[in-house]
Amino acid sequence: MLEIKNLQVKLEEEDKQILKGVDLTVEAGKVHAIMGPNGSGKSTLSYVLSGKGGYEVTGGDATLAGEDLLDMEAEERAAAGLFLAFQYPVEIPGVGNMTFLRTAVNSQRKARGEEEMSAADFLKLVRAKAKDLKIDADMLKRPVNVGFSGGEKKRNEILQMAMLEPKMCILDETDSGLDVDAMKLVAEGVNALRDEGRGFLVITHYQRLLDHIKPDVVHIMAAGRIVKTGGPELALEVEKNGYADILAEIA
Amino acid sequence: MAAPLVKQDATQARLDALDLPTGGWSTPARQDALARVQNMGLPHARDEYWKYTKPATLVDATAPKAAVYETDEAPMFGDMDRLKIVFVDGVFDADASDDLSLEGITIDRLSDAKDIHWAKDLYGALEVKGQDPVERPLAALNTAFASDGVLIHATKTPSKPVNLIYKHQSDSSDAILHHVVKVDSGASLTVLENGPAAARFNKCLEVDIADGGAFHHVRTQGRDHERRAATHMFARLGTESTFKSFTMTVNGVLTRNECVIELTGDDAVAHIAGACMGDGDFHHDDTVFITHDAVNCESRQVFKKVLRNGATGVFQGKILVKPDAQKTDGYQISQSLLLDEDSQFLAKPELEIYADDVACSHGSTSGAIDEDALFYLQSRGIPHSIAQDLLVLSFLAEAVDEIEDEALQEEILTRAEAWLSRHRKD
Repeated sequence: MLEIKNLQVKLEEEDKQILKGVDLTVEAGKVHAIMGPNGSGKSTLSYVLSGKGGYEVTGGDATLAGEDLLDMEAEERAAAGLFLAFQYPVEIPGVGNMTFLRTAVNSQRKARGEEEMSAADFLKLVRAKAKDLKIDADMLKRPVNVGFSGGEKKRNEILQMAMLEPKMCILDETDSGLDVDAMKLVAEGVNALRDEGRGFLVITHYQRLLDHIKPDVVHIMAAGRIVKTGGPELALEVEKNGYADILAEIA
Repeated sequence: MAAPLVKQDATQARLDALDLPTGGWSTPARQDALARVQNMGLPHARDEYWKYTKPATLVDATAPKAAVYETDEAPMFGDMDRLKIVFVDGVFDADASDDLSLEGITIDRLSDAKDIHWAKDLYGALEVKGQDPVERPLAALNTAFASDGVLIHATKTPSKPVNLIYKHQSDSSDAILHHVVKVDSGASLTVLENGPAAARFNKCLEVDIADGGAFHHVRTQGRDHERRAATHMFARLGTESTFKSFTMTVNGVLTRNECVIELTGDDAVAHIAGACMGDGDFHHDDTVFITHDAVNCESRQVFKKVLRNGATGVFQGKILVKPDAQKTDGYQISQSLLLDEDSQFLAKPELEIYADDVACSHGSTSGAIDEDALFYLQSRGIPHSIAQDLLVLSFLAEAVDEIEDEALQEEILTRAEAWLSRHRKD
């Protein structure tokens, strides 16, 4: 589904190489996790894939279901089926959550040459999906993420994911700022979306989230590269011993 | 005393081009206003109060031409039940207007209210007061030469708003209108204003609100591109009274909206807000002066400007708190969203406080579209241009929220969206 080959990225404004050749393939139906110390380039990878400005790709490529991602605008990547759940969802005062969701859903449909969803169908769908995530009518009406608690913001991210039905979901530290109950709720939302046709890339610092969203493959990222790949047991090893052992092993 | 030398010629030329309406109860006020204009002289580019806005075309003896703007848009406030009063190039249009009788209020026209009239004591009175400490010669000119206007006295709360509708049909029209509103104790009145009035428009609105009265005002200015307008609003608020005014302005080569508010009774509330959007040859100036002269009053100024393609926005806002105006709560925010590097925003926020137990805050910012928010929206599949429009509406929200009536809010937002989609650059 997602294929990243030797991806090299530097900051646009300064001469600082962040990704130094990342190779990663996430197959449809699989959940991959990326763990790694701070500053290893995990979030940068998620931003570069989803099209955030400020980065310059200096080498390599990335494709989604065979389509060249790096050539597309952010909105085109979304319409092609890529979704990033933000570590820090942005607050947008004055724009209702519902308006935002409907604009997003219909923009993507339009870009794919599909018919836009009617207001009635949309309302029905969003209410059903919101209910599963314990998002009440008030949260749907309020401005996007404004006044939301940390948990509410993350649930709102998952609601967007559920509404947009992407092929490939990247979750950037979705567990940060969540208490145990909120994490469970978010994980349930993600698990409900696990599907044979959909790939997941879960970026996290902690094993905890992976107890709830069970990964098929775990990667360790350090200094801009994937340095080790293994099964779920790799995450347990990190939880127990930290990164030092692994980094020493590959040094 | 004569006007400063530098202003004499321009002032005289302008006065020579006008005829002072004579006869009737307003004559003394008009003659007084004329004398004041002759003393002050009309605004000049070197005046401190006109530092950011060039007054020349507002002062010239004849109005610069302005093309009539044709639009097939649905009429503003068209879906609302309202009493319509129509002026075409500053001339009352009886056929297009509704019958002027409405329970709870009386409406007369300035030009035919010939007998002794309640407005005698008010016409020009708030304007005169508003000349101190800053001169506003165009307002005095208006009091002297206004050809017409409406005089509204609300003794009770009418069932619907009064809608002043302006139409522009002549490319050289030069209209001067003066409205007076008196809201009695316990009454509440809503006045709506919309439409391009003339090639050049000088308008004055005086509002006197008695104890416990309420005045709501929603105005739109647009969409004629070549319009020039200088408007003044003077309001006096009695005890526990409310004044809320919102203006949306789109297009117009030169607009200066001055608002002078005096809180004279305790526990009064005055909110003034504005949202404007300009693209290209656009200059918009909001100049506000609020005086707190009573205890425990609240004032809010919320002004938002969206500027692109070389447009200019100006804000001059002052809060004056007199020595006895304790427990004053004053808030002022003026912000611009610059959609490119060619546009500019000039702001002069001022606080002058003589009481010691007050809470006053002011802020002014100028910024570009928030890139993080833009990326967030785009990452959900929303195209750049639409994402930008959403963020513009988000920016304007604080000002639009000042409108209490939800239907009116909705109407303003719809117009703002339409303007954005017309000016969208994909």
